[in-house]
Amino acid sequence: MNRLQNAFDNRKRELLMTFIVAGDPDYATSLDIMRTLEEGGADIIELGLPFSDPVADGPVIQQADHRALSAGMNTDRFFSLVRDFRKSSDIPLVVLTYTNLVLQRNIDNFYQDAADAGIDAVVIADLPFEEAGPYIAAAETAGISPVMMVSTTTSKERLSGILKVNSGFIYLVAALGVTGVRQTTDQNARKLLAELKSLTKIPIAPGFGISDHTQVQEWGDAGADAVIVGSALVKKIGEYYTRQDLLIKEITVFVENLKNQT
Amino acid sequence: MQLNTRLGKYGGCFVPETLMGALEELELAYLNILPDPKFQEELSEYLTSYAGRETPLTLCKNMSRDLGCKVYLKREDLLHSGAHKLNNALGQALLAKHMGKKRLIAETGAGQHGVATAIAGAVLGLEVEVFMGEVDIARQALNVARMNMMGARVIPVTSGTKTLKDAMNEALRDWVARVGDTHYLIGTVAGPHPYPTLVRDLQRIIGDETRRQIMVAEGKLPDVIVACIGGGSNAIGIFHAFIDDKNVRLYGAEAGGEGLDKRHGASLCGGRPGVLHGNYSYLMQDSFGQIIESHSVSAGLDYPGVGPEHAMHKDSGRVTYHAVTDTEALEAFLYLSRTEGIVPALESSHAVALARKIAPELSKDSVMIINLSGRGDKDVETVIRYMEEKA
Repeated sequence: MNRLQNAFDNRKRELLMTFIVAGDPDYATSLDIMRTLEEGGADIIELGLPFSDPVADGPVIQQADHRALSAGMNTDRFFSLVRDFRKSSDIPLVVLTYTNLVLQRNIDNFYQDAADAGIDAVVIADLPFEEAGPYIAAAETAGISPVMMVSTTTSKERLSGILKVNSGFIYLVAALGVTGVRQTTDQNARKLLAELKSLTKIPIAPGFGISDHTQVQEWGDAGADAVIVGSALVKKIGEYYTRQDLLIKEITVFVENLKNQT
Repeated sequence: MQLNTRLGKYGGCFVPETLMGALEELELAYLNILPDPKFQEELSEYLTSYAGRETPLTLCKNMSRDLGCKVYLKREDLLHSGAHKLNNALGQALLAKHMGKKRLIAETGAGQHGVATAIAGAVLGLEVEVFMGEVDIARQALNVARMNMMGARVIPVTSGTKTLKDAMNEALRDWVARVGDTHYLIGTVAGPHPYPTLVRDLQRIIGDETRRQIMVAEGKLPDVIVACIGGGSNAIGIFHAFIDDKNVRLYGAEAGGEGLDKRHGASLCGGRPGVLHGNYSYLMQDSFGQIIESHSVSAGLDYPGVGPEHAMHKDSGRVTYHAVTDTEALEAFLYLSRTEGIVPALESSHAVALARKIAPELSKDSVMIINLSGRGDKDVETVIRYMEEKA
């Protein structure tokens, strides 16, 4: 029934969660990329519903958002894309977006539409626990897993509140700053992972700055239940989207490389 | 958070998780350091002997004769730096220093807030980096030079619309990466809690002074107060002291740009509520919630959002908001310059234009106060171009 929970329950090693922006560079190519990710071994696909003002994102994902929006992506088309993809796939799907896009559709409608399209979980990058009440309630009504974020700057008091939410997984912000490729791993984030593992049974998925197989494996060894790779993949799309012939091949190689290590 | 983060149903704290700790820290400073008498004394010293407060309330005889009511200007244009922005910048910079921060970052549109932050950083010994859209850098070259001269680094923003909105995005992104040693000095009554309240409390000195000054000059409260609204800090600053005086009519002049049916920056008059830059307030957006590019001849009002307290006052009807077009503002710029020998900022010119529209409803003895939030030196080139096109 619950694709996401099944994936976590049946995992042998850490799961690979790959992030792309929906509609980047366009609707049809995006659909091809999603299929390629699944065939290449991604265990979960995280789809960015692009927003005009993505304050949590670095330049790579900002540009992807811009490409997608310029090609006509919007919330209606986003759900069409998910429905089209769902016709031939049962992979867990997570949405990452910003508060205003959920709010403007009407919170309840957004989660219901997401559930109807086949989305399993929703992460909202600018929605801290304090503001999340109506969103969590709407998610639960629709049968969607809300996903809360935790970072190394999250206080103990707030963390205890966040851990009470029945999250599909906890998105561990593995690096201070915006999304984007980083060379080194923040040791405080590693410590936070260990702390979270001792406090909760909710799966933990680090993301932000994780870009290659070595980092994925390190996080897996450290106990992560899933590892999120975003900007490094989106960067490939940015490099190759004008070369349709090479794009799919590049993505296949990229995701297989990540996966071979998990 | 210890305080209610909402102003009516607006406001809140819609930021990435990483920033919540910094906002909690700032709220603590707001609650514990800001009200401390020693802190207040230190701030007051800077505001008076350094910045030049209090600013005059000027009775404008020529304009009064012309408009048929008593017109006063609250002269924030005479504050050091040339705009009201310094009240907030000095207050927050001093607060940041007491919090142990080493570095200030700021967003700026017209450059006035960037200049104010550069001043505060220079006098208080804090490193300053200012995010400014490329479009604004081009149209506000004078202020860019001023910031550089005072040791601030101006960082060009090339993302999105390359104006104030995107400068704020970049400042937030920078802050997420360096929350430890950096204070984000937001320049207006928007952003996540506690900024709207903090900035209002640092700007309310405008209204507090005005209230005392008008009681001395007229022995009564004014009938009308007019201020321009981008994010809305000068307007909240002067309105706040009069909010409970129901007989004082309050008017806000938004950037009507080319008109509400064309490109504009009037989020209260032409937008609807949504979430941007950490708070829930009126926004210019499409039906899906994507933010629409704003437009105004005045860079300081060229912003698709507005402070949440204004959203609350709009819904309650306590403040009346009108859109003033680019052309009306440019004409008001020339009008005030010629009539009184005072060259207003294009932002403040929107308030002057609205005051001219309201004046016919007032009697000869009515008292109208316009908040002249800044001086217009920085806008002279824009106005020259307008006059050339018109000729």
